[in-house]
Amino acid sequence: MKYIAPSSVEEATSLLSTSPSAQVFAGATDVVPQLRAGRSAPEVLVDLKKIEELVSMAKDDDKWTVGAATPTANLTEDEAFSGEFPGLSEAAGLIGSDQIQNRSSLGGNLCNGSPAADSVPAMVVNGARAVIAGPNGTRVLDVAEVVTGPGQTSLEADEFIVEFEIDRMPARSGDAYLRMIPRTEMDIAVVGAGARVTLAEDGSIEEAVVALGAVAPTVVRVPDAEAALVGNTADDETLSAVAEAASGVCNPIDDKRGTVAYRKQVAGVLAKRAVLIAIERAEQRNGSK
Amino acid sequence: MAITEENPGYKWVGTRPIRPDGLEKVTGKAQFGADLMLPGMLFGKVVRSPHAHARIVSIDTTAAEAMVGVKAVITGSDFPDLAANGAHASDIDVANNAIAREKVLYEGHVVAAVAATTREQAEAAAKAVEVTYEILPHVLTVDEAMAEGAPLLHEGMITKGVDPAPEEPSNVASKILHERGDLEQGFGEADVVVEREFTTKPVHQGYIEPHAAVADANTDGRAHIWCSSQGHFQMRAYSATVLGVSPGTLKVTAAEIGGGFGGKTVIYLEPLAVRLSQRAGRPVKLVMDRDEVFRATGPTSGTRIRVKMGVSNDGKITAAEVWMAYEAGAYSGSPVGAAGMTAIACYDIPNFVVEGYDVVCNKPRVAAYRAPGAPMAAFAVESVLDDLARDIGMDPIDIRLANAAVEGTQASYGPKFPRIGFVETLEAIKDHPNYTADLGPNQGRGVAAGFWFNAGMMSSATVHINENGTATVVTGSPDIGGSRQSMALMAAEELGIPYESIKAVVADTETVGFNDVTGGSRVTLATGAAVVDACRLIVEDLRARAAKTWDVEVDQVEWVDGQAQHVDGSQPPLSLSDLAAKSGRTGGPISANASLNSRGVGAGFSTQLCDVEVDPETGVTRVVRYLTAQDAGRAISPDYVEGQMQGGVVQGIGWALNEEYIHDQDGVMENPSFLDYRIPVASDLPMIDCAIVEVPNPAHPYGVRGVGEVGIVPPMAAVGNAINDAIDVRMTDLPMSPVRILEALTEQRD
Ligand SMILES: Cc1cc2nc3c(=O)[nH]c(=O)nc-3n(C[C@H](O)[C@H](O)[C@H](O)COP(=O)(O)OP(=O)(O)OC[C@H]3O[C@@H](n4cnc5c(N)ncnc54)[C@H](O)[C@@H]3O)c2cc1C
Repeated sequence: MKYIAPSSVEEATSLLSTSPSAQVFAGATDVVPQLRAGRSAPEVLVDLKKIEELVSMAKDDDKWTVGAATPTANLTEDEAFSGEFPGLSEAAGLIGSDQIQNRSSLGGNLCNGSPAADSVPAMVVNGARAVIAGPNGTRVLDVAEVVTGPGQTSLEADEFIVEFEIDRMPARSGDAYLRMIPRTEMDIAVVGAGARVTLAEDGSIEEAVVALGAVAPTVVRVPDAEAALVGNTADDETLSAVAEAASGVCNPIDDKRGTVAYRKQVAGVLAKRAVLIAIERAEQRNGSK
Repeated sequence: MAITEENPGYKWVGTRPIRPDGLEKVTGKAQFGADLMLPGMLFGKVVRSPHAHARIVSIDTTAAEAMVGVKAVITGSDFPDLAANGAHASDIDVANNAIAREKVLYEGHVVAAVAATTREQAEAAAKAVEVTYEILPHVLTVDEAMAEGAPLLHEGMITKGVDPAPEEPSNVASKILHERGDLEQGFGEADVVVEREFTTKPVHQGYIEPHAAVADANTDGRAHIWCSSQGHFQMRAYSATVLGVSPGTLKVTAAEIGGGFGGKTVIYLEPLAVRLSQRAGRPVKLVMDRDEVFRATGPTSGTRIRVKMGVSNDGKITAAEVWMAYEAGAYSGSPVGAAGMTAIACYDIPNFVVEGYDVVCNKPRVAAYRAPGAPMAAFAVESVLDDLARDIGMDPIDIRLANAAVEGTQASYGPKFPRIGFVETLEAIKDHPNYTADLGPNQGRGVAAGFWFNAGMMSSATVHINENGTATVVTGSPDIGGSRQSMALMAAEELGIPYESIKAVVADTETVGFNDVTGGSRVTLATGAAVVDACRLIVEDLRARAAKTWDVEVDQVEWVDGQAQHVDGSQPPLSLSDLAAKSGRTGGPISANASLNSRGVGAGFSTQLCDVEVDPETGVTRVVRYLTAQDAGRAISPDYVEGQMQGGVVQGIGWALNEEYIHDQDGVMENPSFLDYRIPVASDLPMIDCAIVEVPNPAHPYGVRGVGEVGIVPPMAAVGNAINDAIDVRMTDLPMSPVRILEALTEQRD
């Protein structure tokens, strides 16, 4: 096995196009356990952390740009970021432990393709986009479009994600992410729920996005919950509609981590709770960005 | 700390000095089982059965043997056939569990082992060993194993303890029975009777350090083993049995141990490493990974238990009927015997029947786990007692006080209790502020109690006085719970020198007299008594030397505060360092040995109080407050005593809420990792408050009872009772996981 650490995006893409069994990695917190378990055996491992733009965070008036290999610890430590996207920041802060978060990345969390990846529902509700580099330059794809099934992405073998773009949080908006695990940390989500809302001047909900993790082969949006929220407030009726819709879109499996019935029921509960937190945060963000 | 007897002015016993092993462990210097490297050492890998039950048709090792770097490949036929040699049945089981002969009885059962120059070569060679199996139908639980027509693990197994003996073989290895009084009459006197059935799953001891062994065999048949275990003398004995050699040909050195909890009192790797080393002519290291630890070591039994108990309206238990079946795993020897003896031992009950079955099934052979057998039985009994208290409207501590075993009570398992401290643990809970702390919404409070015998057994110790008057205390009891500190504290008290002047060490099997395993909470009691005996011999010797120096009779000399003093003060005192410096002129080196069979155990009791909060929408239970009161007899080292108390509770909370072996239909374990086998993490737990109760054991010089085990007996019931208090649902199946709790809540609503 060969280890290569390119220092530019171009160097990395040309490496990938010339060595077909190469695999990129960032924190390797998924890659190393998979190697150890004999589940993968790439000939070349390409370390993305030596490429500057992949390990950086920046914002302008329109958007945040987060390098795909940036340690997720940075997302929780950067007060400007975590103040603006508390839900995404908290989701990133749930990954493993401090030690893991000093290595783990959004790019790895997404491209590992686990239905239970914690940051993905939070990225989806915030409309994050992936900037993907390949031999012919870059393309931009919604995060929601990247994963196609457990362990599967729509990226070509010679492509990788350079960075994520997330539009600045508008006024009167807030996000949230909650997960259910039997323990309090070092565990894998049995259900994850992300929500983002924007309130109208009158306090009613103007826009809403709800997405669930760990209850289907990929992260799923809950359009019926979003529709139930828009134009309403978080009254009991609306919230039960959200819960029902969330339970309804679940397509989970029965396994050692949870039953179908459990996952459906709890998906509804967490979706409802995440929406409530997002609303509370939106109410506090009355001012500008 | 709740002191119920006055401390008679000890200077060192009962203090909290810095732990002696801390620095080496924190700096990474301590040598655990896997740390040893020897020149020319090979790496071994074990080949394990992928099937729960199968006949071994053939094993072809030729491909593996031909691989680069491979120096030895062994199978069951490389070991003596103990059955053919007419060995004792229990020895045959030990040998067959170490490496299978005709049949594999669980997924993970060893069928072969290889040794090669590198770890990678060994792993590749292990994969190249070709084993042909004839798969047999398997049984995974007591229900399946006891069913009519169940496939048999051992064709000749006739249930013991049944009269007349059954004619047909079965998977039931033995039956136990304890009876007293008249059950029918007892239930007739009851105002309320509750009967419930409980199940528990196998759970693993979960020690952080996986099993590891290095063996270096000589051409003369001798071999040296380094391993992490709870008893290197035991490892020597078992290895000798499996290898068919005399124990004296094996030398075993104890490595530092990263947890055992009972699970490291048995052998797995040691005889394999010796045989590989003999075949290869090089030292061989075998280390398990976590997956192997789960699949092939530990765990403790899964169980099914029925309890029926009756009380009169004044809270007196009138009768108890307990039926229990314990999984033994592949070979007989579940802890159902101890379960039967402990199930109702906390209480003075006039009429009872306790009946138990030891049942084999196609899972790894169970190993001891803290108070083996008692926790599951207590989960059932203490849950039913909680229901009874509620039904008659009595406080849960009061109902236990009304029935508590005290000095003179005829224990349910036979003997009369000497002085015991159960009542004191109940009172310690009742007097603690936690007992009346306010509960929030969705919170509940539960009480439960537990009993454990504590063991005595055999120990040896040697004490050497160094030339400057410091001392070395040598025992053969691996330190898994702080025994080096406790030994040094007792020696400091006896010799009258500072704790810091004493070094306690664990010596190999050739350097100190025999010691039974570190288990049964026995080391501070029994090995501690041997250390005290040896110190007292030293003090006698020192007095004699002082008498000689002063030319007076020995009875004129007292040993006070580490000094020989003349009774009338007519001589300047001689300190231990004075006497040590002159030892060459007063009879030579100062040293003493003591060996003993423990003079008397002191039973341990624990009462615990648990507050939980249950999320009624997700079924998640969080323990928000926890108090454990335990009779230590005497807390020689209160830090370590609290560590043992807290550790037992933490493991019990894991057992209560999340831990379980999950098998698929083929009998293959589905969760052999700490991701899906969920022991508690630090953030799951509140501070575990401790109330040490001290009711001294009259049979020990300092009153020690032993504290390592009873703390794990009450937690499952304490948590279950608290959940019941919070959401009015009686959970009867462990673990009380979010999925199960939400199911139960949904049922309750419908
Ligand atoms: C102890 C432990 C606890 C964990 N707990 C959690 C948890 O609570 N929640 C959770 O969601 N996950 C958890 N994980 C999984 C893991 O840490 C996360 O998925 C993490 O975000 C992966 O990031 P990484 O940078 O380490 O990925 P890597 O291991 O480097 O890569 C993962 C995958 O993504 C690919 N990849 C990486 N970067 C890119 C890129 N820029 N473009 C294209 N493909 C890329 C790699 O080829 C690989 O297939 C845990 C892991 C461990 C070991």
